Amino acid sequence: MHLDHTHSGPAAVSADAHRPDGARRALRIGLGGPVGSGKTATVAALCRALRDELSLAVVTNDIYTREDAAFLLREAVLPPERITAVETGACPHTAIRDDISANLEAVEDLEDEVGPLDLILVESGGDNLTATFSKGLVDAQIFVIDVAGGDDIPRKGGPGVTTADLLVVNKTDLAPYVGSDLTRMAADAKAQRAELPVVFQSLRTEDGVADVAAWVRERLAAWTV
Amino acid sequence: MSRAALLVLADGRFPAGGHAHSGGAEAAVRAGRITDAAHLEDFCRGRLHTAGLVAGALAAAAVLGVDVRELDAAADARTPSPALRTAARRLGRQLLRAARASWPASELDALAREFPKGAHQPVVLGLAARAAGLGPDDAAYCAAYESVSGPATATVRLLSLDPFDATGVLARLAPAMDSVADRAVAAARRAAAEGVDALPAASGPLLEVGAEWHAAWPVRLFAS
Repeated sequence: MHLDHTHSGPAAVSADAHRPDGARRALRIGLGGPVGSGKTATVAALCRALRDELSLAVVTNDIYTREDAAFLLREAVLPPERITAVETGACPHTAIRDDISANLEAVEDLEDEVGPLDLILVESGGDNLTATFSKGLVDAQIFVIDVAGGDDIPRKGGPGVTTADLLVVNKTDLAPYVGSDLTRMAADAKAQRAELPVVFQSLRTEDGVADVAAWVRERLAAWTV
Repeated sequence: MSRAALLVLADGRFPAGGHAHSGGAEAAVRAGRITDAAHLEDFCRGRLHTAGLVAGALAAAAVLGVDVRELDAAADARTPSPALRTAARRLGRQLLRAARASWPASELDALAREFPKGAHQPVVLGLAARAAGLGPDDAAYCAAYESVSGPATATVRLLSLDPFDATGVLARLAPAMDSVADRAVAAARRAAAEGVDALPAASGPLLEVGAEWHAAWPVRLFAS
């Protein structure tokens, strides 16, 4: 829906692929998943991997602090004006799914203030297995789980695991220490997700985010065609 | 017009950003002024008769066609706390997005052009009600209800208050909401005839002080 065909003024509905000036807006990718699974670490690694080739920015959704934004600032993965924190009123899933207005304003303000941007990463506050992003907010979503959270999570499924455009199983380096069976996790994920991709990663290794970065580049290539 | 549009606009699930704001309840809880349902009722009654009355009058005046720039300036003048002015504009911008998607109208587009970073929420609420075909009384009711429903919901989360008790508070405040909405509409009609100085300027000093205190916290659940 593009309301500006009949009304003037800035676009009201921001799934629109174009900005009010007619330029194509940045690709928006959401990262969700349980608390502590490595969403912020993955965002930081993606920024380091992609910042020299793309113009990018990050929106964080902390539940009750600004710690995720503060972490990204401390790690200096991007200049501070490219990182915005949204406050979610104790309901991180509401801010990315049911009432996306604060996040939409954050992504639009970033494009206005530091744009043009190729890519905006929207990181959810740590949540439960049912948290997914609205299609009105992001174009694609990554669900991040980790091996230490229990190797039965792919089997349990839920909207995040089954429907995310990319499932990332993080901290594979910990698998031997927590008794997680990566083969079983891969088989369960395949059963839940059919042809949707799954990446197993450890950010402890050199270029550990390479597979996810490659997936992001593919999405961006498809977006900018 | 459709009266049912009021239900859509007043629904707590209307996606206009309210879920992230406590209406001052988080600061009041931390300060020990809200500890149970009885205190919540006192807090909500105070907010209804101050912030709720002013918001209701602003919203009703917007429905009646009072100039939105004047209304926005009047809202600024009635909101001493800079943090609350910022929150009101942020919520206004979020409400405008939802309203334009729900009830497309050139008046709402013009408001978005004029206030790209947001007008005060009650002013936007009034124009949204107007775009939805609602009247000044509907807008005033909506503002009055929002002035207490936000803190009640937030307190359920902040204190793990029994949600039935919190809803009981709202139900007991219903007659007071009727009276505040009536006064708000009467004031809005005077403002339409005499100018925005006729709007009420009731204010709860602790709400303003608490908002400034709250805005400085490094760790909090709600944006305001």
